[in-house]
Amino acid sequence: MNKLLVSPSPHIHSPLSTKRLMLDVVIALIPSVIVSLLFYGWHAVIVLASSLFFCVATEYVVTKYLMKKPSTIGDMSAVVTGILLALNLPPTAPWWIAMIGAFVAIGVTKMTFGGLGQNLFNPAITGRVFLLISFPAIMTNWDPVKGFINAGFTGAVDATSGETPLEIVKEGLAQGLSLDQIYAEHGFDYMEMFFTNIGGSAGEISAIAILIGFIYLLARKVIRPHITLSIWATVIVFSGIFWLVDLLWMKDVTVYTDPLFQLLTGGVLLGSVFMATDYVTSPMSDKGGIIFGIGIGLITMLIRYFGSYPEGMSFAILLMNSTVPLINKFCKQKKFGRA
Amino acid sequence: MKTFSIGGVHPHDKKISAGCRIETLPTPKTVYISMSQHLGAPANCIVAAGDKVKAGQVIGEPAGFISAYVHSSVSGTVKSVGPRKDITGNPVTHVEIEVEGDEWAEGIDTSATLVTSIPEDTKFIVDRIKNNGVVGLGGATFPTNVKLCPPPGKKADILIINGAECEPYLTSDYRIMLEKSRQIIVGAALMKRVLDVQDVVVGIESNKPEAVTEMQKAIDELASVSADYKGIRIQVLKKKYPQGGEKQLIEAITRRQVKSMGLPIDVGAVVQNVATSLAVYDAVQKNRPLVDNTVTVTGDCFPKQSNLLVRVGTPISYIIDFLGGVPADAAKVISGGPMMGKAISNLDAATLKGTSSVLFLTEAQTKRKPESNCIRCAKCAEACPMGLEPFLLNKLARNGMMDELEKNAIQDCIECGCCLYTCPANIPLLDTIRVAKGEVIRIIRSRTAPKK
Repeated sequence: MNKLLVSPSPHIHSPLSTKRLMLDVVIALIPSVIVSLLFYGWHAVIVLASSLFFCVATEYVVTKYLMKKPSTIGDMSAVVTGILLALNLPPTAPWWIAMIGAFVAIGVTKMTFGGLGQNLFNPAITGRVFLLISFPAIMTNWDPVKGFINAGFTGAVDATSGETPLEIVKEGLAQGLSLDQIYAEHGFDYMEMFFTNIGGSAGEISAIAILIGFIYLLARKVIRPHITLSIWATVIVFSGIFWLVDLLWMKDVTVYTDPLFQLLTGGVLLGSVFMATDYVTSPMSDKGGIIFGIGIGLITMLIRYFGSYPEGMSFAILLMNSTVPLINKFCKQKKFGRA
Repeated sequence: MKTFSIGGVHPHDKKISAGCRIETLPTPKTVYISMSQHLGAPANCIVAAGDKVKAGQVIGEPAGFISAYVHSSVSGTVKSVGPRKDITGNPVTHVEIEVEGDEWAEGIDTSATLVTSIPEDTKFIVDRIKNNGVVGLGGATFPTNVKLCPPPGKKADILIINGAECEPYLTSDYRIMLEKSRQIIVGAALMKRVLDVQDVVVGIESNKPEAVTEMQKAIDELASVSADYKGIRIQVLKKKYPQGGEKQLIEAITRRQVKSMGLPIDVGAVVQNVATSLAVYDAVQKNRPLVDNTVTVTGDCFPKQSNLLVRVGTPISYIIDFLGGVPADAAKVISGGPMMGKAISNLDAATLKGTSSVLFLTEAQTKRKPESNCIRCAKCAEACPMGLEPFLLNKLARNGMMDELEKNAIQDCIECGCCLYTCPANIPLLDTIRVAKGEVIRIIRSRTAPKK
């Protein structure tokens, strides 16, 4: 020792780092990734690999050659976006869809605002919505694909129609069928939905895989439960009211599915656990988080019941992202000694 | 188990020196006694070069209401009086005394006999505390006699003895709770008499079960002897930093929150550290001034963990050399704990009454990592025990927005370091907040000061 370091307190730092937090999110996503690979096979591998590669590459190129700063890919946030984007795409998506999504997610949504922490909207969701609007046919193509553990898993509940449960219900109702008829025809099974069989994008197959990730994130204190739980509560209460009114007073035909169906299908679980809880684009305070979550739940259900899309989770998260600065301004946590 | 309600962090407590009994450090050849060992005005030096002094003799007199007596910690000859660098390198008036023998001033009881009878006369108690230079040893070194005499119209109903020692590494309070528990309880009873309160609570964190047992034993023993010790009890607290922060400790024990810019007495509480309580015992029962204190010398890279009884004014380099020198891989030496302590830039500086530890950290443990973008994780806000939003204060401070800073309560910051400790992006939150806070408090003061 010849020279002493001198700096203001504190002199120690917690093991927390941005990279560690992002790594935890990646670990939490592993169950969902494994399930998607098992069920969608090489298709999922291609989607995941291209999404990951182009997300990381876009960030590297932008920081290195446009911003002329040291690359920030080491913080792992582009990896998280890459995985999330892949989990939001249908297994039939070609590699260039992932590339365009990655460019919109990282290049447009994140880096134009200044990189990690500066963006207003969730990159992966923005990428997905951009693709959904620009390439609707590709983004809703649930044709059967060959997985690693089954011959021809479709992703959709019904192998012949190639649709997600939400699409089936919405279209069935539009055709004037009652729920009982739709159920009878397609045979939804909650146990299947819960474990493996939710039709939809790669990340939406298994509720249990997402929930394992949720529990890991909570246990590692990466996220707080407020946002996720308030989304679930809103979806359950909203759909519960419609379902009960339907069940009790509209004796002839039931049109509204039960709350569990609404919670387990579509993007509610994936979105509420991994996308709505994104630090950068969600409110800072617990109170703000609850408002944010209720907003997402409400908008999702309004789109599902009254909108033209069968699913509204992505739109709901994006819309609520835009309210975050306002929520942060008005929702402060309680200060000590200032009742 | 009680604890404070907002924020807090859980650094590893690293009490590696907890098992080391307090040993007395041999007196050095020369001591350097600072005239500025307390909060408030530096003391006026009343000795000059060539004077002979005895241990416990007054060498500095208080220079104002908030100031304190300073005593010689050794017997010997004053060699010089003048500026000398303190731990951070600032010149402060020191008295240099060459040690000759160990002769104590008249009227000081240096025996180890425990004196348990509590004097009736509260003025006598306060005078002894004041004349023996007792200051708060929990960190702030606020003159204890001032704290024990609330302004007119204000009355305490609870005395809290702070044995939380929530800073990692520090074990000096823990060791005195084990080895001098009876003296601490007598000190508490003395302050209880002065404040005329019924309720005395000793707050100890749950990571120190032996201290809880030992202190409880002392309370039981003394309570069986005299009614003066009724009403003293122990409250075990959940381990969480900054439990020992005055406002946090009061809230943990009483559920009362001291208002912004307020004082503990506003909610009827007075807080004193266990080490202060021990100093009060010595001052009142033994008429022994505050001339030595327990210093923890520790660090993962330091081979000889120690808790030493050190005479005030001992050069820190002397302590370190006594224990085998600065370890090769130590990069930073800290006076105090790793969360709120000060980095020492001058190892020749002398210890003060309030010096609680010398801590060695390696470069890997202490070196700041490069700052990256805020990811808005809100972990700093979650950690802040005052319920502030450090991420926001940091941004406002960097943009010089003083009005907004005040509105967002930057003046409430207690500089505990939880925000910077937590921040995953390594943003130097407290650095900017500390500077801006000083500025905002100056603005508030200039506004409320009477116009001349």
